[in-house]
Amino acid sequence: MPLIDYANPNRFQKVAAWLIPLSGAAAVILIALGLLMGFRAPPDYQQGEMVKVMYIHVPFAWLSLAAYTLMAVSALGTIVWRHPLADVSGKAAAQMGAVFCFLCLVTGSLWGRPTWGTYWDWDPRLTSVLVLFLLYLGVLALWRAFDDPNRAGRAAAILALVGFINVPIVKFSVDWWNSIHQRSSITLGKSAIDPAMLHPLLISAVGFFALFLALYLAAMRNELLRRRARTLRILRSAEAEG
Amino acid sequence: MSTLSAIVLRDLKVALRAGGGAGIGVIFFLTLVTIVPFAVGPDMPLLTRIGPAILWIGALLASLLGLDRIFAADHEDGSLDQLLLSAAPLELIAAAKGLAHWLATGLPLVIVTPLLGLMLGVEPKSLFAVALTLFVGTPGVTFLGLVAAALSAALPRGGLLAAVLVLPMSIPLLIFGVVSTHVAIADGSLGAPFRFLIAISLFFLVLGPVAAAAALRHVRE
Repeated sequence: MPLIDYANPNRFQKVAAWLIPLSGAAAVILIALGLLMGFRAPPDYQQGEMVKVMYIHVPFAWLSLAAYTLMAVSALGTIVWRHPLADVSGKAAAQMGAVFCFLCLVTGSLWGRPTWGTYWDWDPRLTSVLVLFLLYLGVLALWRAFDDPNRAGRAAAILALVGFINVPIVKFSVDWWNSIHQRSSITLGKSAIDPAMLHPLLISAVGFFALFLALYLAAMRNELLRRRARTLRILRSAEAEG
Repeated sequence: MSTLSAIVLRDLKVALRAGGGAGIGVIFFLTLVTIVPFAVGPDMPLLTRIGPAILWIGALLASLLGLDRIFAADHEDGSLDQLLLSAAPLELIAAAKGLAHWLATGLPLVIVTPLLGLMLGVEPKSLFAVALTLFVGTPGVTFLGLVAAALSAALPRGGLLAAVLVLPMSIPLLIFGVVSTHVAIADGSLGAPFRFLIAISLFFLVLGPVAAAAALRHVRE
């Protein structure tokens, strides 16, 4: 079924009605499984048990970047392809992406204290993720600044596209600059992580992606309901005047 | 072309008149440079080390002053609609307004930079190079700000929002600007960081008007 068929909000609501609980359930199962395996995995030779923060911190990081990419694709959908639900998708991606980016920063900070000795460092990876968080906040602020959700959606779409340049910078920051943050251990070819740690990480990551899907769809559903409520309010006050 | 030069001249005239915002940026820059020693202490070696940073942050913030007014004033009196209907491409119109804003706000900052550099302990022989880095970097900031100005044109309190939107994306300009200033002070010449600064500035010189024109088209009522 082509994507345009989901442009009808009612059809979207029908799909969301079963997809949200399904992905929510999958998320709970996979996250529980991933974390359980993670806790039974061996401790790191350098960090000891602290390495287990990785099983939530890394999925949060991946999700922050994925959410911004989703927001940028939604932005293209708003400005270029004029898909009716694209701006709703962009807002939901912005909201959930901001939350996961914040969690990534917090879990990373708490992890950094025992391992690096500091809660924060102005190194390229941390700094670029902080800038990513600021860009998310900027998009959310722009959403709130407009009364009309359609205008807000178009404005936020343009801002999201202009800021997308930061996503590759975050991804490659540890490779381009000297950083105290660890380099990528997982590549498309092979991974430098032992399978005993890699498998819990991947399962946990899939679980968190399922969680993001559930929350993102729920946020889209809420935004559609919000807009419907707003339209009803406007109609009612117009009736009351006339 | 005459449309564009008319826009530049009109914006310049408006900015240079009373309440236009040309002189206030310079005063803000001077005030900022003055209060920093109160905060960090009159420690000249320390001020010399952070001098380029203060100059750049001051120039950045002063450039963001009046950013929201670029399109807001036109939106209020209806001339923005006329500009949208004009035969000249909207991207060039946005670029013309950006040029006018930089000439009125950014260029005075660059002219004042050598004086403020002296106050922050920059070597006299490096002052020209420092001003040159700002001369190259401030247009990038202004043109990047065009996007935020266009997005917040119709908003009642768009000023702070525009600054918040611009600042994260101006970080590369800030980084290379400060680094090339440091290199200018240390070596007396402008090397690779300066070329990166020029490149980033040129990139924003193109991206800014294009994105601003898109914003003006799409975010209208």
